[in-house]
Amino acid sequence: MNSISGSEALLESLIHEGVDTIFGYPGGQAIPIYDALYDYKDRLNHILVRHEQGATHAAQGYARVSGKVGVTLVTSGPGVANTITGIADAMMDSTPIVVIAGQVPDNLLGTDAFQEVDVIGVTQPISKWAYQVRSADEIAWAVARAFYIASTGRPGPVVLDVTKTAQSGKVAYQPHKITYIRSYIPKPDWEPERIAQAAALINQAEKPFAIVGQGVILGNAESELLAFLRKADIPAATTMLGLSALSSDEPLNTGMLGMHGNIAPNLKTNECDVLIAIGMRFDDRVTGDLTQYAKQAKIIHFDIDLAEINKNVTVDVPVIGDAKETLVEVGKLLNPNQHTAWRESFKPHWERERQVVIQKELHSKEGPLRMGEVVHKVSQAVGNKAIVVTDVGQNQMMGVRYFSYGQTRSVVTSGGLGTEGFGLPAAMGAKIGAPDRTVCLFVGDGGLQMTIQELGTIMQSKIDVKIILLNNNYLGMVRQWQELFWHERYSHTELQNPDFLKIAEAYHIPGRSVSTRDELDAAIREMTSMKGAYFLEANVENKGMVYPMVPAGTAVTNIILGDE
Amino acid sequence: MNNMEKKTLYTVTIFSENTVGLLNQVTIIFARRGLNIETLSVSPSAISGIHKFTITTFTDKAMITKVVKQIDKRVDIVKSYYNTDEDLVFQEIALYKLATNKLLEMGSIEDIIRRYNARILDMTETWTVLEKTGHYDETQALFKELSEKIGVLQFIRSGRVAITKSKVERLSDMLAAMEAKLNRDKSV
Repeated sequence: MNSISGSEALLESLIHEGVDTIFGYPGGQAIPIYDALYDYKDRLNHILVRHEQGATHAAQGYARVSGKVGVTLVTSGPGVANTITGIADAMMDSTPIVVIAGQVPDNLLGTDAFQEVDVIGVTQPISKWAYQVRSADEIAWAVARAFYIASTGRPGPVVLDVTKTAQSGKVAYQPHKITYIRSYIPKPDWEPERIAQAAALINQAEKPFAIVGQGVILGNAESELLAFLRKADIPAATTMLGLSALSSDEPLNTGMLGMHGNIAPNLKTNECDVLIAIGMRFDDRVTGDLTQYAKQAKIIHFDIDLAEINKNVTVDVPVIGDAKETLVEVGKLLNPNQHTAWRESFKPHWERERQVVIQKELHSKEGPLRMGEVVHKVSQAVGNKAIVVTDVGQNQMMGVRYFSYGQTRSVVTSGGLGTEGFGLPAAMGAKIGAPDRTVCLFVGDGGLQMTIQELGTIMQSKIDVKIILLNNNYLGMVRQWQELFWHERYSHTELQNPDFLKIAEAYHIPGRSVSTRDELDAAIREMTSMKGAYFLEANVENKGMVYPMVPAGTAVTNIILGDE
Repeated sequence: MNNMEKKTLYTVTIFSENTVGLLNQVTIIFARRGLNIETLSVSPSAISGIHKFTITTFTDKAMITKVVKQIDKRVDIVKSYYNTDEDLVFQEIALYKLATNKLLEMGSIEDIIRRYNARILDMTETWTVLEKTGHYDETQALFKELSEKIGVLQFIRSGRVAITKSKVERLSDMLAAMEAKLNRDKSV
């Protein structure tokens, strides 16, 4: 067999794993890989980003919408150091990505060589697996293992630190596939007695309530979930990352949980008699004060990750395993049921939220534009098959609250880590991962400037993302907290901003800046009628607030609604 | 440590693949939860290719349960669990370097060796090394007595090694179950 270089073996291994897209940025210790890539242009679409952080977030966006593993390729030292935020974000939000980083030659490891950083030491705590490849022989095995680990069980980021020695060495390449690691149990077996206990609890429940997380999406268990809920007539709500696991118009979908979630599901969490958590991890932004969280309820927790059971909330019945199977198994034992009165009891809370919060946010006729109405109008214009990507902060909460979801994998947002700057690169990855779907990014003026250089990537790679800048000239969410809890002391949250439209123009991205409702409507029409990237700057109310709000560390029933 | 009286000494046993950087993966989980590692011992286990960590730490049951699950979750960790002292037979080994002349002047060396079940490991004209295995308080008691009587030139105590009171290493059962699952999955 002819031997090939480690770099070629790396690319062959990626293709063997089904990879066709890489987000990356070259550098000194990755040149051999980039040289090999020159001959793989027909099989590997390399998207040249402008900063390595963008490469990881783009890989995340790609993975989140496609269900495939996102791939990032960077150089050593500062290159891989710039990926850290994306790796940490992917770890928190269980996103399958593989980050491949160049590393100094073997003989220089540990010597503080030029552009050397201890990648394994730095990434171990924030990755599912991190491994240094020191010889070309190991590459096929390491890539196979990386993809198996990243994509199975509870997904997550994997880091491969590939020395220049491994890149340049020769290897008699043979494709490798890994489907078993003895020290790793991605999908624990479900326990029949727990299945029975869960079903028994739900069958005797008068006020069952399901709270659904991203685990359902990651496990492709959306239809199993719906069958489960419908059989026993169980109202449900989702976490932010669980959004679109149930469509917005599904009658059993009672909205979003958490700090800026809907009133009804937050209140009902503390009224239900059986709380059924499915593929969610009781994050503090969902639970608020744990000592006042669902104390009246029996709690069932479906999860594939054993370490999540009893981590934050002590549960009565853990149902470990793959939700795609466990939902079916528990579902078989459920009695068909009707909880009409219980379901109806959610409605007055929704009516109240509409009157006090939503009406004002979406349908004000006067005053400055509001974030919510911009999101709502864009969502109506693009239809409910579109993907919403957000940055972090007020734009995020408004984006996810007022977008409509018609199919799964429609939300790409930074949940656990809350990474400002996530939005723009993630939107690029989302569009490349789902080229047939419209991708709308809602981003604030703060977060946009953290990764604004990726406009260059959008220009060069001709990525059709609809960028909607919700510009309030503030770091709005921090400002909101300062207004509510810090005596309006706006410490370093007001921004002096550039002319964003000129920046977009410099990158040859068409757009408009709007401040009135008529201008907004016209700009949305123009945006949706055009192919290619578009930049819509909506100048919104400077001191807008996101309501409802459960202040951090308080009970989920402690909901602020603003002026009533 | 604050509130030590409310906390229990847990012994965490970890079986892992023998790969580079595993100790780091394990210890950062303790560090993240703010747990001090009291003792640590790592060595090859009875099963070829698998290493065994024995780590002790003071904490409470809720915390140790979470920590062990998070350790267990790491890809290269085969199995991790915790025990309290009642479940275990355990020892530490201590070495004491003493000045030979003072030791001989003391005159009661045979008595000390008998009482503490210690032994002389090595002896020269200038120094003598005593060895004692036992629980912490036992090795500590000998250290205290020697310190008071003749002074101790050097002292070292190993991490705890422990064996559960059950008949076999639970790991062998687990590995067998995993192999069975693999074969079952393959045959489907």
